[in-house]
Amino acid sequence: MPESAPLHLAIALEGAGWHPAAWRAPDARAGELFTPAYWLDLVQEAERGLVDFVTIEDSVGVRPARYDASDPEESPGRVQGRLDAVLTAARVAPLTRHIGLVPTVTVTHSEPFHASKAIATLDYVSSGRAGLRVQLSARPYEAALFGRRTFTHRIEDRDDPAVATLVTDLFDEAADYVEVVRRLWDSWEDDAVIRDAATGRFVDRDRLHYIDFSGKWFSVKGPSITPRPPQGQPLVTALAHATVPYRFAARSADVVYVTPSDAAQARAVEREVRAEQAAAGRDREPLHVFGDLVVFLDATEAEAVARKERLDELAGEAFVSDAPVFTGTPAGLADRLLEWRAAGLSGFRLRPAAVPHDLLALTRGLVPELQARGAFRREYEAGTLRGLLGLGRPASRYATASGSPADSPATATAPATA
Amino acid sequence: MSKPDKPLKQIHLAAHFPGVNNTTVWADPEAGSQIDFSSFVHLARTAERAKFDFLFLAEGLRLREQNGLIYDLDVVGRPDTFTVLSALAAVTERLGLAGTINSTFNEPYEVARQFASLDHLSGGRAAWNVVTSWDAFTGENFRRGGFLPQDARYARAQEFLAAAKVLFGSWRGDEIVADKESGVYLGDPEAGRFDHHSEQFDITGRFNVPRSPQGRPVIFQAGDSEAGREFAAAGADAIFTRHGTLEAGKEFYADVKGRLARHGRTHDELKILPGVTFVLGDTPEEAEEKAALIRRQQVSGQTAIKLLEQVWNRDLSAYDPDGPLPDVDPDPGEHTVAKGRASVRQHGDPLAVARRYREIAEAKKLSIRDLIIEVSSRQSFIGTPESVATEINHFVQSDGSDGFILVPHLTPGGLDVFADQVVPLLQEWGVHRTEYEGTTLREHLGLSADTF
Ligand SMILES: Cc1cc2nc3c(=O)[nH]c(=O)nc-3n(C[C@@H](O)[C@H](O)[C@H](O)COP(=O)(O)O)c2cc1C
Repeated sequence: MPESAPLHLAIALEGAGWHPAAWRAPDARAGELFTPAYWLDLVQEAERGLVDFVTIEDSVGVRPARYDASDPEESPGRVQGRLDAVLTAARVAPLTRHIGLVPTVTVTHSEPFHASKAIATLDYVSSGRAGLRVQLSARPYEAALFGRRTFTHRIEDRDDPAVATLVTDLFDEAADYVEVVRRLWDSWEDDAVIRDAATGRFVDRDRLHYIDFSGKWFSVKGPSITPRPPQGQPLVTALAHATVPYRFAARSADVVYVTPSDAAQARAVEREVRAEQAAAGRDREPLHVFGDLVVFLDATEAEAVARKERLDELAGEAFVSDAPVFTGTPAGLADRLLEWRAAGLSGFRLRPAAVPHDLLALTRGLVPELQARGAFRREYEAGTLRGLLGLGRPASRYATASGSPADSPATATAPATA
Repeated sequence: MSKPDKPLKQIHLAAHFPGVNNTTVWADPEAGSQIDFSSFVHLARTAERAKFDFLFLAEGLRLREQNGLIYDLDVVGRPDTFTVLSALAAVTERLGLAGTINSTFNEPYEVARQFASLDHLSGGRAAWNVVTSWDAFTGENFRRGGFLPQDARYARAQEFLAAAKVLFGSWRGDEIVADKESGVYLGDPEAGRFDHHSEQFDITGRFNVPRSPQGRPVIFQAGDSEAGREFAAAGADAIFTRHGTLEAGKEFYADVKGRLARHGRTHDELKILPGVTFVLGDTPEEAEEKAALIRRQQVSGQTAIKLLEQVWNRDLSAYDPDGPLPDVDPDPGEHTVAKGRASVRQHGDPLAVARRYREIAEAKKLSIRDLIIEVSSRQSFIGTPESVATEINHFVQSDGSDGFILVPHLTPGGLDVFADQVVPLLQEWGVHRTEYEGTTLREHLGLSADTF
C-alpha cells in the first residue's frame, strides 16, 4: 500500500462501548441505549468525523462474558439487550448524508433472501451507503432461541477436531449465504423497470433473473423482490482471526477486519489474506484489509491507562478482546495506524472502549491528527459507501454487454460455482 | 343511521402504500417510483399531516408468475418491510407503522426481535399484520422450503404468534436499573427468560430486546375464514378486511365483534378496517368519469386477459379482450396458471365463477375487458369530497367498520387530495382527530395499554 494512499476509517458501535463497564463511566448514557436518539447522536458524531462508515454490532442472543465464550452472560452488572442492527441503521439513515451504515447480520440463523432485501433497502433509504457485516454463531444457546438446529460443541475447545469441522462448515455456509445475497442483488438488472406504456409492460422480464442457487444448506430461486440497490452491490464485510475466516473473507467480502497485534503480524496477515484472495480467483478485485483495534484515548497515555484500569476495576477483571487494545493518545494512535498502513493495511475499524469519551476522541482527536499529517480526508468526496472506499459500481453479473439477454435462458449467465 | 343518543364514533384511517397489483396505475404521468424512499416519505408525511393512525405495507416474497413467466403488467418490486418502516420512523413523529410479516418463512425469535426493535426505534408505533403465506412457490426462496401444507399454516401462525407474545412478555419493563454507583445494570438477571414449547416450536433462552414502548406491537390479522375470524377474535387488535360494502361490512362486523365476549374481550378491543379505494371529483359526474377512466387504466386489454386466465386456469392469449368470453370452459384441474397470487384462492370453483361471468356478460352485453372491469371492481368511495366524507362517516357510524385502510391508485401522491379535501370535513364533523392525542399507535387506535 503506497504511503500516500488514502487511509480509511470505520468506527464499530457497540452499546455504551466495548468495555463491559463502559456504561458506568460518568458521561455514559446508560439509560438511553434503547432510544433512537442515542444511536442517531453516535452516528452523526462519526459523520462529523468524516469516517467512511460505522458498523453496528449485533448478536441474536444476550452477549457472553467473553467474546469467544459459548455460554451466555448472566452478570447483572453488564449491559443486557440490543436492538436489531439493521433496523437501527435504517432508523439513522434518513438523518445522515454521507457516512456508510454497516449493520451486523448473523447468517447462521437468518434467511439470505431476507438479508439481501433488507440491505438493498438500507441502500435505498440511505441513497447508496449500505453494507453488511457478516457474523456467524456457533453458540449452542443462540441456536436454542430458534430451535431449528443444535450445536453441541463449545467453540472454546479449539483443539477438538469436531470444533474445527464445525467452524469450517459454518464458514462454508456463510460463503453460500453471501453468494445468494449477492446474486439476489444482481437479479434485477439496473434497467429492468421499463414502464413501457406502449406495450403495457412495467418490467422487462428478460432483465429479471432466477438465481437458481442450490447448495448444501439451502437453495434459493430468486429473483429478489427488491430492485437492484443504488450501489449495485452494497458493501460486504467480515471479521476474521484465522485461516478459515480469511479464506471466507477473501472469497466473499469487500472489507475484511483483521486483528494483528503488531506491524509484522499485520504484514503477515495481509499477505495471507492476499494469498487466499488469489486462490479464490479474486486477486483482480479490490479487497480492503482493515485492522481492528479497541481504543482508550486520552490526553496522555497515563490517563488512558488509568481510565482503562478504573473500568477494569469496576468490571472486576482485566478487559480482554479478540482485537488488540490501544491505550494512549490520538497522536500515538495515528502513529500506530500509519505504521500498520505501511505494513499493508488499507484502513482501520476502531472500537471505542467507552462512549461517548472514546468516540469523541476519535472524531475530534484522531481525525484532525491524521488530517494534519495529510493522511485523511477533509470532506466527503463521494456520494456512496463504495465510492468512499474507492470501489467501483459493478455491473450486474447477469447483464449482457448488449443490454438484455433476450434469447438466452435467464440462468445461462449465472456463475457455475455455488 | 345511528340512533341520535349514540355518541359519534371516531373514524380510524390508515394509508396503504400501493403494492404490486393492477390497482396501482403506473402509466399515469403523475405516477412516481414504487421503490425510492422519497415515495414512502411522501405518503407517510401526507398520512401524518392528515392525522391518520398508521401507514400499512403489504408483503409478497416472490415475484408473481403467470403461464410460467414473471408477471410484467403490474408494478413489480418492493422494499424490505422492517427496513423501510424503521427509516420512516425517522421522518415521522406520530404515524403508526404497520408491516405485514408472514409466519411461515420466519422464526418467532427473529420477528419478535425486529418488531420490538421497531417499537423502540419508533417510540411505540409498530404494528404487525400476521399473515400465513404457505405455498411451495414462495418457499423456493427460503431455507424452510415449501413444505407447509395449507392447513398447517394456521397452526404455525397461531403458535408463532403465541411464541412471539411470550417473547414480548418476557420483560416486564422495570428490569433496567443502570445504576452506575452500585454497578447494577439489570435489576432482574432473569429478564427476558423464556421457555416455550409447542407443536412447531421448541425454543428457550433469553429474549435480548427489553420491553418496548407498546409492550408488544399492535397485532393485525388479515383473513376471513372461520379459523381466521376466531384467531382475530382471540388475539388480534385489528382486522384488515375486504368487506368494503356496507351490507357485507355490517355482517362481518357483527359476526367478529360478537365473538369477542367468548374470549373475555370487549367490543372496543378489536378494530375492523376494510381496505378501500377512492376517487374524488368536483361534481358527482366528474368523479364517476374519472373513476371509469381509472378502471380502464387498471384493466388494460392484456390485464383483462390475464385476470380471466386466472379463473379459466388456462392460456387465453389468443382471445380478443374486446370480444366475447371464451367459448371453452375453465380447466378444472389444479390451479397452475398464476403463481404467487393470494387472490387466486378466492375464485373457488372456477366452473361456477365462469357461469356467473357468462351470465353477467350476456345480460349486460360485455366484452372480456368490460366484464373484468365490472367484476374486479373493488369497493370505492366515488364522489365529491363532501359525498365521500358523508359516505365514510355513515359507514362507520352504522357499524360497517371502525374506519378504513385507504389504497390510493397513484404512488406516491394519490392520498394528497383525500388529505386535503375529505379529512377536513371529517374533522369539522368531529369524527376524526385534528391533533394526535397520544404518541403510540395503541393510543391512536384507542386500545388499552395493558397488552398482556
Ligand atoms: C478460531 C476462531 C476464529 C474465529 N473467526 C471469526 C471470524 O473470522 N469472524 C467472525 O465473525 N467470528 C469468528 N469467530 C467467532 C468469534 O470471534 C466470536 O464469536 C466473535 O468474535 C464475537 O464477536 P461478537 O461479540 O460480536 O459476537 C471465530 C472463532 C474462533 C474460535
